Amino acid sequence: MTVAATKTTSTAKLLSHPLDAWYVAGWDHEITAKGILSRTVAGRPLALYRTEDGRPVALADACWHRLAPLSQGKLVGRDEIQCPYHGLRYNAAGRCTSMPAQETLNPSATVPSYPVLERHRYVWVWLGDPTRADPALLPDMHQMDSPEWAGDGETIHAPCNYQLVLDNLMDLTHEEFVHSSSIGQEELSESEFETTHDENSVTVTRWMRNIDAPPFWLKNMRDRFPGFEGKVDRWQIIHYIFPSTICIDVGVAEAGTGAPEGDRSRGVNGYVMNTITPETDRSCHYFWAFMRNYRLESQLITTQLRNGVHGVFGEDEAMLQAQQAAIDANPEHEFYNLNIDMGGMWVRRLLERALEAEGRPAASPTAPAGA
Amino acid sequence: MADSQHEIWQNAAVVAAEDVAAGIRRVVLRPEQPRPVRPGEHVDVRVLVHGEPQVRSYSVVDAADDGTQLALSVFRTPTSRGGSVFMHGLEPGQVLEITQPLQNFPLRVGAPSYVLLAGGIGITAVAGMAALLRRLGADYRLVYVARSRAAMAYLDDLAALHGDRLEAHVDDEGGSLDVPALVAGVPESAELYMCGPIRLMDAVRRAWAERGLDRTSLRYETFGNSGWFDAEPFVVRVPRLGAETVVGSDESLLEALEREGLDMMSDCRKGECGLCQVKVLGLAGRIDHRDVFYSDRQKETGTSMCCCVSRAVSAAPETVPGERPAAVLTIDVP
Repeated sequence: MTVAATKTTSTAKLLSHPLDAWYVAGWDHEITAKGILSRTVAGRPLALYRTEDGRPVALADACWHRLAPLSQGKLVGRDEIQCPYHGLRYNAAGRCTSMPAQETLNPSATVPSYPVLERHRYVWVWLGDPTRADPALLPDMHQMDSPEWAGDGETIHAPCNYQLVLDNLMDLTHEEFVHSSSIGQEELSESEFETTHDENSVTVTRWMRNIDAPPFWLKNMRDRFPGFEGKVDRWQIIHYIFPSTICIDVGVAEAGTGAPEGDRSRGVNGYVMNTITPETDRSCHYFWAFMRNYRLESQLITTQLRNGVHGVFGEDEAMLQAQQAAIDANPEHEFYNLNIDMGGMWVRRLLERALEAEGRPAASPTAPAGA
Repeated sequence: MADSQHEIWQNAAVVAAEDVAAGIRRVVLRPEQPRPVRPGEHVDVRVLVHGEPQVRSYSVVDAADDGTQLALSVFRTPTSRGGSVFMHGLEPGQVLEITQPLQNFPLRVGAPSYVLLAGGIGITAVAGMAALLRRLGADYRLVYVARSRAAMAYLDDLAALHGDRLEAHVDDEGGSLDVPALVAGVPESAELYMCGPIRLMDAVRRAWAERGLDRTSLRYETFGNSGWFDAEPFVVRVPRLGAETVVGSDESLLEALEREGLDMMSDCRKGECGLCQVKVLGLAGRIDHRDVFYSDRQKETGTSMCCCVSRAVSAAPETVPGERPAAVLTIDVP
């Protein structure tokens, strides 16, 4: 008897990132006219700063001449950056404006200047074909700066491929095991979920009815409804937007008061705003915020929620780091998929289609053999 | 856009070659490792000049979206340095070595408006820009100037594609371009991209500076092969090394010095970088500065020159009609 032992899988362990996309380069407050931020976005080292009139600028962080990092230079004049090595200056368009050792400018002397947009408290950058840099493609994260929402967030420098973070957020059954002391509960794995998708988004919806609120949510309910006791209906509606933004509509409401049908008036609602920027094949900048639409006046609650989520995401970070290490330590092993990966697998498919359209392979070329 | 400046050499097969204007041949290539071509990009080509391999740069005038075919257009100058002779001799089926597209002349997307200015064969560098700006719905003008209509490659195609946005100026039809008027009509926020003979580009640079426009908004690419005077043979002497030779009208001073076995330093070979400067010790004649490295002030002092493009020309009166003694240039080299 012959046993067919061949196996094929298309589940890349080290997923490449599309370049024709907006990625967050930094929080709005991180990019200033006082200094230059050095940050690698999608494999491209950038020098990020603002012009005198406040416009954000993203230049390739390497001087045209000898590739010295411009981010170690200084800002001069209205919109210029000066190379720290031989003093060449570039304007916001990346064009050389001064070559100190000669009376003319070499007409070829430019550094790439990438399209940037400032929206939703972030500065976004487009590293691919600039003719495709359509502001309409920016993910909707309006909760970040709407007067109807309050909250704050942080950045995690996650030592893993960005897709592992997307996987993590598209399947929240891990909360029961990774976040058992805060938001985890066994109903997460037990409840059904529904997945839908379109050309550039994926939505995973999960309702858990008539359950005990886990500690994080009980505290939130009591912030809005002091002394609250009893069962809740809990929801998690995960919205993925291409290429790497996931806004999760989360909350609980007093059980049986109509939240699943649309009446959330007896509940508390948050939005976990996540947008992940690939840095290298094995690292990413994970920008997150927790926004809420109740008790908007309370800075105390804003701080408590930010600190609480900081703790929860710290648990994710530890897992992601360990997972990336295990992936690298087991190059001959493949990924297998479970039903809970439905959302994450749709995300992969959208990313792989985009990579194919850009003519680039889905698996990162630097992946070790067997990946 | 990540500008590609890294040379990746590959083979490319000639799939078509045809004359598209007086002295201009269109050569369509199929590269082995295609990639999409962006406006302003060129390829370096290994050509044979007198049996010796040399490298020449040619703008990609148009290409298939995926870069599997790309077209160059080569003007055969009366004083060709040899590259255009080789290119004009190419036949379908031949294979030659080219680089993947290289970018020294990137078009910035997002300017409020554009003026694209092409002089003669310079159209090859800006035709792709015009096509892209049209596709993007940008505000642009394409100004195309040449000595005669017969020498204007792609004129009908460009007219069909760009309609009123194309302005053709033909010298021998009395339609010479009024450069100061052109520059005076450029909106302050506009960017001007130009490629053409040095006289045209110099006139635009002067008018641009006089109007006080942002000098970084004036973009240009040099081919380093046109001057204020026609190329003519001249004598070069390097007393310290005991060298002397005649620089032919079809070679550069740098090439002549290399031919004589001098160990010369150079890089761009189109008059931009200044690495090939030589010191002028004596001169019977005048220097035809063809570079963009020196300022006007430096060119006037005449104490050094970029030997990759600049030449000496005779300033003597004609001894017999049409003949003058050749210029004699005495230099020292680093």
